[in-house]
Amino acid sequence: MYKLGIDIGSTTLKIVVMDGDDNIIYKSYERHLSKVRELCLKKINQIKDILADKEVKVAITGSAGLGVAQLSGIDFVQEVFATTGAVGRYYPMTDVVIELGGEDAKIVFLKGTVEERMNSTCAGGTGAFIDQMASLLNVTADELDELGLKHNAIYPIASRCGVFAKTDIQPLINQGAQKENIAASVFQAVVDQTIAGLAQGTPIRGNVLFLGGPLAFLKCLRQRFMATLGLDEEHAHFPDIAEYFVALGAAVYADTCDKVYDYDEILALLSKENTENKINSLPPLFANREEYDHFMARHSMNDVPGEDISLYRGDAYLGIDAGSTTTKLCLISEEKKILYSFYRSNLGSPIDIIKAELKKIYELCGNRIRIVSSAVTGYGEELLKNAFGIDHGIVETVAHYTAAKHFNPNADFIIDIGGQDIKCFQIRDGAVSSVMLNEACSSGCGSFIETFAKSLGYNAADFAEIANFAPNPVDLGTRCTVFMNSSVKQAQKNGATVGDISAGLAVSVVKNAIYKVIRAKNADELGDNIVVQGGTFLNNAVLRSFERLIGKEVIRPGIAGLMGAYGAALYARSSKGDTTLITAEEISNFTHTSKATRCGLCNNRCSLTINEFSGGRKFISGNRCERPLGGGKAKDLPNLYKFKSDKLLSYKGVEGKRGKIGIPLVLNMYENLPFWHEFFTKLGFEVVISGASGRDVYAKGQHTIPSDTVCYPAKLTHGHILTLVESGVKHIFYPCMSYNFDEGISDKCFNCPVVAYYPETIKGNMDLEDTTLIYPYIYLNDKKLFIKKIYKILREYFPDITKKEICYGAECAYAKYAEYKEEIFAEGDRAIAFAKETGAKTIVLAGRPYHTDGEINHGIDRLASSLGFVVISEDAIRPIDRPDLAVLNQWTYHARMYNAARFIADMDNAELIQLVSFGCGIDAVTGDEVRDILRGKGKLYTQIKIDEINNLGAVKIRIRSLEAAMNDKMRR
Amino acid sequence: MSESRFPEFTLEMRKTHKILAPTMLPIHFDIIAPIFRSYGYDIEVLENYDSDVINEGLRNVHNDICYPAMLVIGQMIDALKSGKYDTDHTALMITQTGGGCRASNYIFLLRKALENCGLGHVPVISLNMTAFDKKSGFAFTVPMLIKLVFALTYGDMLMCLYNQCLPYEQNKGDSKKILDRWIEKLVGQMDGKGFVRVKKNYKAILRDFAAIPRTDVKKPRVGIVGEIYMKYSPLGNNRLEEFLVNEGAEPVVSGVADFMLYCFENISVDYKLYGNNRFARFPAKILSSYMIMRQKQMIKAIGKHGVFNAPTSFVELKNMSEGYIGKGTKMGEGWLLTAEMLELIHSGVNNIVCTQPFGCLPNHIIAKGMMKKIKEHHPDANIVAIDYDPSATKINQENRLKLMLANADGGRKVFNKTNSNKEKISV
Repeated sequence: MYKLGIDIGSTTLKIVVMDGDDNIIYKSYERHLSKVRELCLKKINQIKDILADKEVKVAITGSAGLGVAQLSGIDFVQEVFATTGAVGRYYPMTDVVIELGGEDAKIVFLKGTVEERMNSTCAGGTGAFIDQMASLLNVTADELDELGLKHNAIYPIASRCGVFAKTDIQPLINQGAQKENIAASVFQAVVDQTIAGLAQGTPIRGNVLFLGGPLAFLKCLRQRFMATLGLDEEHAHFPDIAEYFVALGAAVYADTCDKVYDYDEILALLSKENTENKINSLPPLFANREEYDHFMARHSMNDVPGEDISLYRGDAYLGIDAGSTTTKLCLISEEKKILYSFYRSNLGSPIDIIKAELKKIYELCGNRIRIVSSAVTGYGEELLKNAFGIDHGIVETVAHYTAAKHFNPNADFIIDIGGQDIKCFQIRDGAVSSVMLNEACSSGCGSFIETFAKSLGYNAADFAEIANFAPNPVDLGTRCTVFMNSSVKQAQKNGATVGDISAGLAVSVVKNAIYKVIRAKNADELGDNIVVQGGTFLNNAVLRSFERLIGKEVIRPGIAGLMGAYGAALYARSSKGDTTLITAEEISNFTHTSKATRCGLCNNRCSLTINEFSGGRKFISGNRCERPLGGGKAKDLPNLYKFKSDKLLSYKGVEGKRGKIGIPLVLNMYENLPFWHEFFTKLGFEVVISGASGRDVYAKGQHTIPSDTVCYPAKLTHGHILTLVESGVKHIFYPCMSYNFDEGISDKCFNCPVVAYYPETIKGNMDLEDTTLIYPYIYLNDKKLFIKKIYKILREYFPDITKKEICYGAECAYAKYAEYKEEIFAEGDRAIAFAKETGAKTIVLAGRPYHTDGEINHGIDRLASSLGFVVISEDAIRPIDRPDLAVLNQWTYHARMYNAARFIADMDNAELIQLVSFGCGIDAVTGDEVRDILRGKGKLYTQIKIDEINNLGAVKIRIRSLEAAMNDKMRR
Repeated sequence: MSESRFPEFTLEMRKTHKILAPTMLPIHFDIIAPIFRSYGYDIEVLENYDSDVINEGLRNVHNDICYPAMLVIGQMIDALKSGKYDTDHTALMITQTGGGCRASNYIFLLRKALENCGLGHVPVISLNMTAFDKKSGFAFTVPMLIKLVFALTYGDMLMCLYNQCLPYEQNKGDSKKILDRWIEKLVGQMDGKGFVRVKKNYKAILRDFAAIPRTDVKKPRVGIVGEIYMKYSPLGNNRLEEFLVNEGAEPVVSGVADFMLYCFENISVDYKLYGNNRFARFPAKILSSYMIMRQKQMIKAIGKHGVFNAPTSFVELKNMSEGYIGKGTKMGEGWLLTAEMLELIHSGVNNIVCTQPFGCLPNHIIAKGMMKKIKEHHPDANIVAIDYDPSATKINQENRLKLMLANADGGRKVFNKTNSNKEKISV
């Protein structure tokens, strides 16, 4: 009896055939590029000689195999189940199996009861993720591996999901970090993801078996796993058959099935085509050729005049847009005509590209053309400005609006979908009135379509083309890339064509922009003169979907992809002076080196990238403050975040008669520490505080986090608890609190569920050794009740505590907390007064008390401060009154944001930025309401989502855009 | 929060307005809706299920809000826009439990969404336990409430029996036929005394379900717990019960009475812990004792009949989370969810699907946060957490469910029966 195991994963198809003696007589591994059925048949045809005249048992496995199995009626076995079965048989000494596939990651613990885990729906850090990152660096996965092996530093890259990691990597590329180090960091991110997302508290020890394609092929990935898990050669097992192992599992499982087939039967069953209607399909983008031609003709009207560079004589202006994935360049004449333009993927090294382009331009210019002014915008702005001595660096919003205005002076809405960003600006009375940018988590933009095209074996242009007449575009939803992958998988299962998928992706990018970024309720809200731009809109399928979804005709300039660069050139033209641009001679001798280092000037130890260019120019990036840059001291502006942070970190324990008690500085403790510190100190405890957070604190507790979609502030808690346990305290006090203090500005005073009950999660998931976690349910609003309850609770642990002591401690604690609150209000008053006096711009960073944590806010407050803003926190604004809101106002912390928004709405020269932790469901409610409060008073609304990623580059663009908009407003 | 800025459902509207309610518990709502109708409310439970529902949801509520809100609001807006209803004479009804979860905001989000769609004139009725105000258009009366308790108990019983018959029925459709017949019958009895003659009805219901010809094949029993909407609503959980039945399993779903009793219980816990609800706890206590009595009566009937597994009463259930999670955890499904998982395990149902909207805040603690502890004490527990979301694909969910099913009840042993004679791989 022969056994045939077919494993159809998200990206590859694996086949294993075993003969009657269980010898593996055939195995294959191939990418299926979505053509699942076709490839499957091809493969079966290829093994005709092996299977002909044999009795064969068959089983199919894998995420894309499910559909094939259902259609053919062949037995299906779940892939993790199959793997575990085969491991038990062939590698019985294994303790833990780690299997990485195209899009799934699995871990199986075999010691004790078998425990199998798969990545949740929000975790893409696997094979497809590595491919995506490789294409970002313009290398193959194998080359990425080669590079990674030569690394000398590792950067922290968010490991949770591909999109986040990409947000981390992109700035590294644009800042000139070495590819070798980025490559290794990508693999490290995969390792961290596996440990954080899958192990969830169970240690990975003993004999570890590594399976699946990526682990079979990528040496650097193996290396990172071994180094991180501390495994030696003896305990880390990489079987030769790693990439086929799941198929082998299916073959082993097939043996247990009842049905026996001959070759022709198998072929016939697998040949069955899916004739069912595809459930979620959309109407085709174009009904017929005529409609298409009409559409094309209309859009070709917005072309831009050019001028022959080889004939032109006179002054010229250079504009560069160093975007996240593409670099754009534009040289214009005095008459704003385009002399030369360039648009290309930056292939991970924008500097080399611009160097080559400048060289070429100088050659073309000869002595006829003089570049008198230059400007640069985009992610790589600062790097390029320093590298090539470009005159002006401008923020993207300004560049794009400048360009759009050129095409339509009445433009009132601009949407730019670029490689990684979606940017929308609303223009009112000739100035940007609101800026909307996509959040890190929803960046389904151009690079996303491109990467998808590549993975399906197409280039971007052809991929866009086949969408136009696809009969049944797939409805793919609007979530992030990771989900999109699974949606596509599902569509493939249902037999969608590549054209249908391409069209579906176009629609989904547009939906993402409209529903998630713009959050428009109807088309009228956008405006009447809509200009669309950005490279992604050159994809006609995207343009078509956009017009269709909003029900309006829009203007797409012929240079849609160049608008940032064109705008920069226009800006350069209007701001001429003595140019500092690198000269033709200098460019031929241009050199560039970059090295990674750590800043030693403070405890943050930022990883810096130091770029040095010929001519002694230097550019340092990765810093969170101005100190490593030397000289430029941050101006001493009021910063409530710094004030609060310094204040909280200054609390120290005082030796006392009752010994030590630990308090983790997390979540609600950022609000209540002054209270508890005073309370326990007065009771004679030496309060040990876990201290400031850091990435190391996160890493320490990472393996005990049970839910990978909980917010980062909650995740940090695990590390803080371990810090306390390590310090040797006997008791940790960390109460559950459904309610917070009633501050008179909300209807109820709840904490969010995570803040309220996280101690329960700690108790349920962490091994605290000899330390006791005291986590009672506490209510602070009623002093009498508090005294009564806490007395009873603490007596259980410390029987000698008297009621009198408790009363005294409580009195002091309540007083101390009131004093602390007043100090913050007073500092807030001072900051506001300072701003009014000096005319300094003010930002209210509206978050939660725990956003004070430098590891949670990633230094956004310092960044704003260094850009010249007075920074105020939401809790430093005195309560106004109980507002009348359109939402349920029942959380203490959130009520403060409404309060702050209402206050700032009446303050000149001040704006509000809402800080939102990724995964905070409550902010889905507050975000819209805060926005409405602000917009009602003509203020801008800016939201910054923060997570474990540290991408200050993107934040900087947003704060600068805000600043530009504020300047515009002032001028009016 | 002032209510004044929104249109109210007035007394007059009772006569002029149709009331739309979202889908959640198909069986229960079929019995409950007629009760409302008999008290003069022209109620209709929505049945629009297509992708427009999600699209309307995406368009009208913040995309990071939880999935149930998106579905409920999407379903209502989609219905109002369908042209089927005269929006000047239509009101919406939505349940509201309050509490610290973001779900308590549904009604406000719905109102905001209505305004944005130009439907701001459509009144929204909040269905909650404080709706006793006679002057407002919608008010509970004691007899009505009592009837509702009966209806819920009938619903829980029918759901329980239906789930125990459907996977085993020999003639496809038998169980559904009996279920439909009984819903119809109960609705028919509503105005008379028949409806409250539970003992008689229970007996007859049990007899009818027991009479369905069933196979005695042993099927894995799979419990469903989770966020309440995801747990029950087929629209939310991609027809989870149906999927499990098709995969050869028996779904075990606890009744909705437990959730309501949990809400009442929290009122007294809140008093104990925080001194809140000094007065609210008395009516809550009365109603809860009454419901417990009804629930026990139903359980007793099933037990006495002896053919089907009877549910566990709330009185037992509520203590099951002891030692796992504090009673103070009251947001979302709170300690109840943990208790339900443990109750399933205690009744021999080791396979559990825990459903939740993607990023559900309380479930980080009460569901995902408790699994490790539960498995430590019950190594045979086979729990899978499934996240639901507008674009979480079915295939992803099904693949994880299949893994759980493959491991159900010693499924692992399958590999032992391979007639292998080779232990080494030869390539």
